[in-house]
Amino acid sequence: MPATIQSFVAQGAQMFFVLAIAPAVTGITRKVKARLMRRRGPSIFQPYRDLLKLVRKDSVLAPNATWFFRSAPYMIFAFTWVAAALVPTLASGLMFNWAADVVALVALIGAARALLALAAMDAGTAFGGIGSSREMMIASLAEPASLLVALTIAFAAGTTRLPEVAQFLIAQPLEIRVSFALAFVALVIVALAENARIPVDNPATHLELTMVHEAMVLEYSGRHLAMIEAAGHLKLTLYISLIICLFLPFGMAPFDGTAGAWAIGIGSYLAKLGLAAVALGVWEVSIAKMRVFRVSEFLGGAFTFAFLAILLEFLSREVQR
Amino acid sequence: MTNAYDVAHFLAGMMLVCSFTLLYQDRILAVLNTFAVQAIMLSLAVAWQGYVRNAPDLFITAAMAFGLKGIIIPVALNRMVEKLGIKRGVDQVVNVGVAMFLGLGLTSLALLLVLKVTPGAASFTREGLALALAIILLGLLQMILRRNAVTQIVGFMSIENGLILAATGARGMPLVVEVSVAFSVLIALFVFAVFLFRIRERFDSVDVESLDKVRAARAHR
Amino acid sequence: MNEAVYAVFGIPFLSALLLALIPSYRLTALGNVLASGLTFAAGLSFLTLPPVTETYVILDDLNKFFIILNTLVGFTTSLFSRSYIGHEIATGHLTPLFVRFYHAMFQGMMGAMNLALLANNIGLMWVGLEFATLMTVIMVGIYRTPAALEAAWKYFILGIVGISLAFFGTILVYLAGQGVLGEGEAAMTWSELIKIAPQLDAPLLNIAFIFLLVGYGTKVGLAPLHAWLPDAHAEGPTPISAVLSGLLLNVALFALLRFKMLIAANPNALAPGPILITMGLVSLIFAAFMLYQRQDIKRLFAYSSIEHMGLITFAFGLGGPLLNFAALLHMVMHSLTKSAIFFAVGHVTQAKGTQELSAIRGLSVSNPVLAFALAAGVIAISGLPPFGAFMSEFLIITATFAREPLLALAVAFGLLIALGALLMRLQDILFGEPTTPNHPVSAASAPIFVHLSLILIAGMFLPPAIVVWFRRAAEMLG
Repeated sequence: MPATIQSFVAQGAQMFFVLAIAPAVTGITRKVKARLMRRRGPSIFQPYRDLLKLVRKDSVLAPNATWFFRSAPYMIFAFTWVAAALVPTLASGLMFNWAADVVALVALIGAARALLALAAMDAGTAFGGIGSSREMMIASLAEPASLLVALTIAFAAGTTRLPEVAQFLIAQPLEIRVSFALAFVALVIVALAENARIPVDNPATHLELTMVHEAMVLEYSGRHLAMIEAAGHLKLTLYISLIICLFLPFGMAPFDGTAGAWAIGIGSYLAKLGLAAVALGVWEVSIAKMRVFRVSEFLGGAFTFAFLAILLEFLSREVQR
Repeated sequence: MTNAYDVAHFLAGMMLVCSFTLLYQDRILAVLNTFAVQAIMLSLAVAWQGYVRNAPDLFITAAMAFGLKGIIIPVALNRMVEKLGIKRGVDQVVNVGVAMFLGLGLTSLALLLVLKVTPGAASFTREGLALALAIILLGLLQMILRRNAVTQIVGFMSIENGLILAATGARGMPLVVEVSVAFSVLIALFVFAVFLFRIRERFDSVDVESLDKVRAARAHR
Repeated sequence: MNEAVYAVFGIPFLSALLLALIPSYRLTALGNVLASGLTFAAGLSFLTLPPVTETYVILDDLNKFFIILNTLVGFTTSLFSRSYIGHEIATGHLTPLFVRFYHAMFQGMMGAMNLALLANNIGLMWVGLEFATLMTVIMVGIYRTPAALEAAWKYFILGIVGISLAFFGTILVYLAGQGVLGEGEAAMTWSELIKIAPQLDAPLLNIAFIFLLVGYGTKVGLAPLHAWLPDAHAEGPTPISAVLSGLLLNVALFALLRFKMLIAANPNALAPGPILITMGLVSLIFAAFMLYQRQDIKRLFAYSSIEHMGLITFAFGLGGPLLNFAALLHMVMHSLTKSAIFFAVGHVTQAKGTQELSAIRGLSVSNPVLAFALAAGVIAISGLPPFGAFMSEFLIITATFAREPLLALAVAFGLLIALGALLMRLQDILFGEPTTPNHPVSAASAPIFVHLSLILIAGMFLPPAIVVWFRRAAEMLG
């Protein structure tokens, strides 16, 4: 069964490809931010070096930390990695395509987040608790919004499975769709919140009043921290890939495509990923962080946009039928 | 035909998004700018209808919407806000989340209602009416939820935007009616302006809350 | 002879422009009276006119008497307004600049109302009503006191809500008409719409009627939507209260009736009756109870207007030739009586210098003529003989009793409650020691007594010609 083997290989290749490329995405963003602030900034490969350094270091554990605190980083990494591998990036029609469902994706990410929130409270420090509670507040708003976005797309494409959605969209003629524009905005807001980026959270600060994500991982060190950092890189790549897959799938190679199609697929994916990383850097430099209390309004906006997207999609379908 | 529909859908949809932005915004100047964007979207939508249907009289309506509501009124209100030194923030009666939920509920209601009663009408019409009703209801919601007189005016004018969208959606409404609508909006705006100055003169603020005190003082007369 | 039709709204609009240019308030007051008189003459000439149906205007049995009533009350109000405003300027409540615009706006409002009544185009009707409303909003706020501003603002906000919903309903009616008549003017023309009413799309018509009911119902002052009405009556100048109660409510109800005819002619549409009956009855009983706690004389009579509008809406809702006849008659009687009462109240408040009921005492001692006029008016509006309102209320109750005895009991209950409240208040006002010093008032008693004698004559003897005419209008309403 060469087809099965081929798809297995392709799926495996994609998993490791995503893992390999994820820190570089973060690296590019950091570099862009630094350049825009007129600093030279670290090389874009610095995140790899950081990860290596952390893996080699001893990890310090709080005396009252339980087994859960120790095992959580691996589980978080695993969940995130699986989720990232499910999103079609280079090509559609991979082995696990049957599982590449938007709802499953949201569930995987949600599980990783729940583990992190629990682990943060395990050490019993105040910061962990604050971080968890804020993270859950954000999640409670971001998750419905992301589900609504998924439903909008599913409503248009007739399926929630990402590869099929991507293929459907590639086949569509280019047209203006307000509902997609709204869903896009909503998903970008959700992605910013989920990845603890500005304006919801600042990944580069350890200020007590404002941290969310950093507060949760404050107690981690050494290889545990490396796992969590890697999961963070993966999550960012995952969200960018998801946005690319849903809104800009052009260039993606079909599974049985020629070598040329695959080359185009890889090239266009890398280009889009790079552009997104640069755009994120520019965005983060040009906007200020919000007060935590305003975050709920910001995410409420995402929810509203996503809901409107569904309503408008519904309307145009009903009207045109 | 599909393209014609798409553009109309896009413009009307953007008007609806503007309505939500109006509900969301809490700064007066941002509210005025959003309103201007909505009016410009309206004029584009009307002009598009005029072009697609080959109805040149709609261009007059579009031009009026653009000039009057897209430029003159926002600029005038801007001046007024500056001249009166109105505080820039706007108090809401309920928080943004609740307002958004109410807005989404009203929008769903409007869409379902119009789609249900107009199965036979043309797609442009159903679309226009459904979104127009949503915009009207959101404008009413804004008038209810805002305390500030200027934001209430903007709410009223976004209702008028919805009305004109509805009128354009229903094909072949006589021009007379549209002109008169625009005219009456002008009068209404004049009325508002007169009141704003008077309220300001009496209470030193355009917060309608100060009117509530008068009301409370005489609740049982 | 169709010029008269255009003159009825042309004269007021033209004179509105002219009056705005004249600086002297004495001249404008006179011009106001003159213009109203001319309009009334044009309105009277309708008696000899055959029905007219043109693209934009229509004259049929139904709106003919509304217009005559409108122009008559407009004329008498302009007479009353002249002496009232003269006193307000003398006491410094108003400045001449405001009065100048006041008269222009008065004419503008009268013209807009006549336009709404005459319009054959449902869009034009809407424009007329909206214009008239906006004019009254400005006039309600003319005293510029905090309370007046609050009243005007509330009126404005609620008025806008009504205006928007009514316009949306109008568009829906057009859409329904478009399905049969095709695009263009015809689908907005009432006389065309009524011809093809049975073929109109019923669900569309139903939803349109709901919008129109809420929209125009706000202006009629029906119960859940009445909040603006007492404030607007109490805080504006009294001539405006008289016109609001006597005319604007009628015109709004007239617009509603036009659409009710449309929907009633469609066999598949929902029956408008039960909704109107419910709203009318709720307004009637609610307002009757509210009469007891009033402390402001103008608010008292404003609630009385809500009560009567409720009664009229109820009667139209139940329908049938007899009840329609009674309701039309009651509209006329209420207009004439209520405006007469407001004329009297205007002078009373000027004489006493206050609108507080507790401060208005012993009127029969201090101002016997006004006391007599007010007493006659209150007796008439309570539905006591020998005045016209007695006849119409009696007709409504007996006709209802023959069809729905339980509803008739509810109506009678509401009317009795209101009667008690009004008579109780009247006694306080007329008798006892005068509490406040009297201001000299040169009351214009002519308008009051013209109205009172008209309703007295109507109460004793209704000319057969008028009965025939009302009957034809009642039949149109189905």
